[in-house]
Amino acid sequence: MIEKALKGKPAYWMWLAILGVFIVIGAVCYLRQYMIGLGLTGMGRDLSWGLYISQFTFLVGVAAGGLMLVLPYYVHNYKAFGRITILGEFLAISAILMCLMFIMADIGQPLRGLNMMLHPTPNSMLFWDMVVLLGYLTLNIICGWVILTAERKQVKPPKWVYFFVYISIPFAVSIHTVTAMLYMGLPGRHFWLTAITAPRFLASAFAAGPALIVLACLIMKRVANFDVGKEAINKIATIIMYATIINGFFVLLEFFVGYYSQIPGHIHSLQYLFFGLEHHGHVYNNLVPFMWTFAIFCVGGLGLLAYGKIKDRLTDGLVAAACAMIFIGLYLDKGLGFVLGGLVVSPLHEIHEYLPTANEIGITLGIWATGFFVLTLLYKIALGVEHEVES
Amino acid sequence: MDKQRRKFLKIAGATALAGVSAPAVVKLTSSPSFASSGQGAAADSHSTAKDAGGAQHDVGKKSIRYGMVIDMRKVYGKPELMQKAVDACHTVHNVPDFDKPENEIKWIWTMPFENVFPEHSSYHTSKITEDNEFFALCNHCDNPPCVRVCPTKATFKIEENGIVAMDYHRCIGCRFCMMGCPYGARSFNWFNPRDHIKVYNPDFATRTRGVVEKCNFCAERLPLGKEPACVEALKESGALVFGDLNDPDSEVRQLLDENPTIQRKPALGTKPSIFYIV
Repeated sequence: MIEKALKGKPAYWMWLAILGVFIVIGAVCYLRQYMIGLGLTGMGRDLSWGLYISQFTFLVGVAAGGLMLVLPYYVHNYKAFGRITILGEFLAISAILMCLMFIMADIGQPLRGLNMMLHPTPNSMLFWDMVVLLGYLTLNIICGWVILTAERKQVKPPKWVYFFVYISIPFAVSIHTVTAMLYMGLPGRHFWLTAITAPRFLASAFAAGPALIVLACLIMKRVANFDVGKEAINKIATIIMYATIINGFFVLLEFFVGYYSQIPGHIHSLQYLFFGLEHHGHVYNNLVPFMWTFAIFCVGGLGLLAYGKIKDRLTDGLVAAACAMIFIGLYLDKGLGFVLGGLVVSPLHEIHEYLPTANEIGITLGIWATGFFVLTLLYKIALGVEHEVES
Repeated sequence: MDKQRRKFLKIAGATALAGVSAPAVVKLTSSPSFASSGQGAAADSHSTAKDAGGAQHDVGKKSIRYGMVIDMRKVYGKPELMQKAVDACHTVHNVPDFDKPENEIKWIWTMPFENVFPEHSSYHTSKITEDNEFFALCNHCDNPPCVRVCPTKATFKIEENGIVAMDYHRCIGCRFCMMGCPYGARSFNWFNPRDHIKVYNPDFATRTRGVVEKCNFCAERLPLGKEPACVEALKESGALVFGDLNDPDSEVRQLLDENPTIQRKPALGTKPSIFYIV
């Protein structure tokens, strides 16, 4: 089936070439970091996780988001999603590849990475995160490939593959739960030390992942003559709306706990993220515009979708705009605010704002480009099979 | 032909997967690893059951538990004396010297009271806490979160003496321990440290770029009958007293008997082994 990715219109090759440029830039930046050290990033002694880990956290959510397509189709037999479950599975594959690359970019001794397996440590949540991520990656490769092969041959998928499909459902929940547990169980990190982190991660994942899939569908409708159908888009829009609302609800609960209890540790990060944190006469607020963009984009995206639903005028343009807003909004929330906001007050009560360096941004863009490169190839294969079956 | 190739690929793939995951499975199912982790868990639940607050310590355990009492009264107004202890430690352990604070490596250092004890509230800061800096170093917790989160056991508690130690050769540099530590006691080698060592001490290992390091309570000096370098440097003043907290006759225990002491962030249940007389 791989040959399907090798034939395409000039626009297809153009897109891959653009991604290729970013991949090369990222590779060069990574080589620099590999030779010189992680000191080339904006991280430091008191702010020792940064852009890489926050991208990782967000992308785990994107990977888990595919669940919102797989579950209705396989568990509730919701036929309208039949054509797009494969898109969810392939998105999960490329998102997890990005996650793994971000982890490798972040660790100081990448060549010792296998120590995680040579010295397995069940009391570390990072160990379990590795287990569930590799497990989910394997499951999606198996399910995606086998089901697509069966579709191409126009036979029913073999029975055994359903076993893997059904375990992939709890696995999708587990990858984001365990990723949340990386943060939730750390004494002294007040912003993260809350049980709502895991459900909040899941809620935003179930909005951001499907939003990206909808965007991909709408793009492919224009450029690749692949229409998933109005019903499917409509239903995903409903799912995205609920998930976004639940995420917003959880954010408001965080505000209540912080500002009603008046416990400083619970207020600091929220204050920094949304209003600016004053310390010794200086106001630290470099994430405030991003966080308000998050709030406005989520509310705005919800408003657009609600308007479309009520007026029954859910046009492609409107859905695309809403999904882009929600995806970007949730990215700002989880891919920037969550990690950097949680670290702004160091254990020694100094304030450190994060500023990524150019080299670090180069690596980050390179990894995103690699992920989208893989995603493009996989979607091209999936569409190629669809078109072959149709004709 | 095609079929054979597919079959070969399937078998090769399965073998590779099994090969990669085998060490992990073998390690996890072998009994010693399970026994030790099980024991730790049992001891833990025992101690939390005994005191709901979690701030109390297990007293009277048979094994050694090294700890330190920092008698700040003896160094008030003497910042140069405190600096002497810091320098002694950093020289003995080949701790590199970086200019920028974000790249800094430090095992023991001094900081204002509000940073070392950020959860301590007061209506009016006393002159002593206003004018003096306080020592900060690894607390060698009895219940260390850094050890709990490390994915490779590169940081671990030595059960025989309670020291929280590091294996610089196993550390992958994920910095999860720095997230877990509520005291900011750990430093990461953002650049090659060997270029920044002022005076090289051949008796102690230098570290490589990309690993975490911190105070090791001079685990390498204790078997030689020496006290920790910082303690030795301040011997005359008696500001730093090191010893076995579980030994009722030790000097640290005497000090704890005679003086009220405070600890950093006791509410987190980490059970630090460093006590401050302020």
